[in-house]
Amino acid sequence: MQYSKKVIEHFRNPHNQGRIKNADAVGQVGNAACGDVMKIYLKINENKKGEKIIKDIKFETLGCAAAISVSSALTDLAKGKTLAQALAITKDKIVKDLGGLPPIKVHCSMLGVEALRLAINNL
Amino acid sequence: MSNIKPIYLDHSAATPVDKEVLKIMLPYFSQTYGNPSSLHSFGQAAAAAVSQARENVADFLSCQASEIIFTSGATEADNLAIFGLVNALREKNPKEKLHLITSVIEHPAVLEPVRRLEAEGVRVTYLPVRKNGVINLENFIKAIKDNTVFISIMYVNSEIGAIQPIRQMGEVIEKINRQRAKSGANRKIYFHTDATQALNFLNCDVKYLGVDLLSLSGHKIYGPKGVGALFVRAGTALSGVQLGGHHEKNLRSGTLNVPGIVGLGQAIKICATNQKKNNKEILKLRDKFIAQVKRLIPRVIINTDLKNSTPAHANISFVGAEGESILIALDLEGIAVSTGSACASANLKASPVLLAIGLKEEIAHSTIRFTFGKNNTAAEVKRVLKILPPLVKRLRRLAPEL
Repeated sequence: MQYSKKVIEHFRNPHNQGRIKNADAVGQVGNAACGDVMKIYLKINENKKGEKIIKDIKFETLGCAAAISVSSALTDLAKGKTLAQALAITKDKIVKDLGGLPPIKVHCSMLGVEALRLAINNL
Repeated sequence: MSNIKPIYLDHSAATPVDKEVLKIMLPYFSQTYGNPSSLHSFGQAAAAAVSQARENVADFLSCQASEIIFTSGATEADNLAIFGLVNALREKNPKEKLHLITSVIEHPAVLEPVRRLEAEGVRVTYLPVRKNGVINLENFIKAIKDNTVFISIMYVNSEIGAIQPIRQMGEVIEKINRQRAKSGANRKIYFHTDATQALNFLNCDVKYLGVDLLSLSGHKIYGPKGVGALFVRAGTALSGVQLGGHHEKNLRSGTLNVPGIVGLGQAIKICATNQKKNNKEILKLRDKFIAQVKRLIPRVIINTDLKNSTPAHANISFVGAEGESILIALDLEGIAVSTGSACASANLKASPVLLAIGLKEEIAHSTIRFTFGKNNTAAEVKRVLKILPPLVKRLRRLAPEL
């Protein structure tokens, strides 16, 4: 499996990994039988305009190196964004940020998008 | 990783070519480069080297040199055995409903040709395996029907290392064949085994095993890739699959891979002389590794039945961590292992072999195959045991509670 340097960096030292106690919302997608489970924790705040923003975001992931690095890159992208901006994050943006993913691993990036959207819907 | 010598624990995927093997191969690229089919001295020198290699393979299998067909590897040998035999039988008796038996844990090189035949109307029984990966002999006997003509069972499973009772199966088949001959039936059961993963460790005497066809490959026995062989017992009807140049008694056309064949011949010779000593040393490393993994890492499942496997295999599930991420993390530390089989790494599905021995999908996904080789050392095992426990712990910590 040919992973980009960026994927390996995120895999070695994932960003925003862990849990948020008293999270405002949680979203979990995937299942262990398929090999990947992704869980996103959100802490929400309001900015000066009164828009809801993602003050803090953390992830827990059971999965392959791609799933872990997608989780890490996704949380980087979402942190500090308004909910509308966070909902607009696409799988292509995550893949681009990671310097590409092997074709059979691209679905992992969709898992990230789904976990974030589910967490926001659960607010 | 850059300063430390990498540790290779994936010998079921490929082995390093022995120096002695490489040395004997080299002249056959640019010096003795003739085509063994040519009548001039260049060709005849190459043909003599091929003959010697054929003798070596035949010695290892205790058969005649004329019963060895060189191929590009075990996949081709399996395809030739299955299609070659069944096509020959169909040509003889086009109207007969043929029945084949194989197992659910065969290599795709056997399963896919068999499925193709099934789609063409041949009946197939896929035998299940017990929790230790071994076929129940009674199930095997029960599966044999009056119209069973071909049975293909692997000697050693590449993922978990389970050894199948090929000799006992061979005895059963021989008995049935004798009965059939007595009753005047002209149908015989032909028995094929893919012995690719067995050569290093087990008795591959074809008379001892009672097989009519046996596949093997060079790169699993410290020989080159891209070369293998099929043993075909004299008198076995076989119809060539690759046609064109009348090589290998018209059963496998194509100019012979002389350097590869020479390398295979040397590798199999070395394999025979050092088998006992290597087995003992590899077993020591493997058993120490497994004992320590069980001691140092909680929630592990040992999928290899240590009493009925090659000495090289250690297939282990690390519950709560995902297999591929363990593989990549180990690779970043300079340690090469595999999840399931290398052939399965391009698809994301849980290994059919692990599911067949009763593992749940989520456990199957958390599985790593370590396969030891004759060049591994105790110091290497020690280093892996230092790196592996914290690595598994870290990956487990990344995961949500389920």
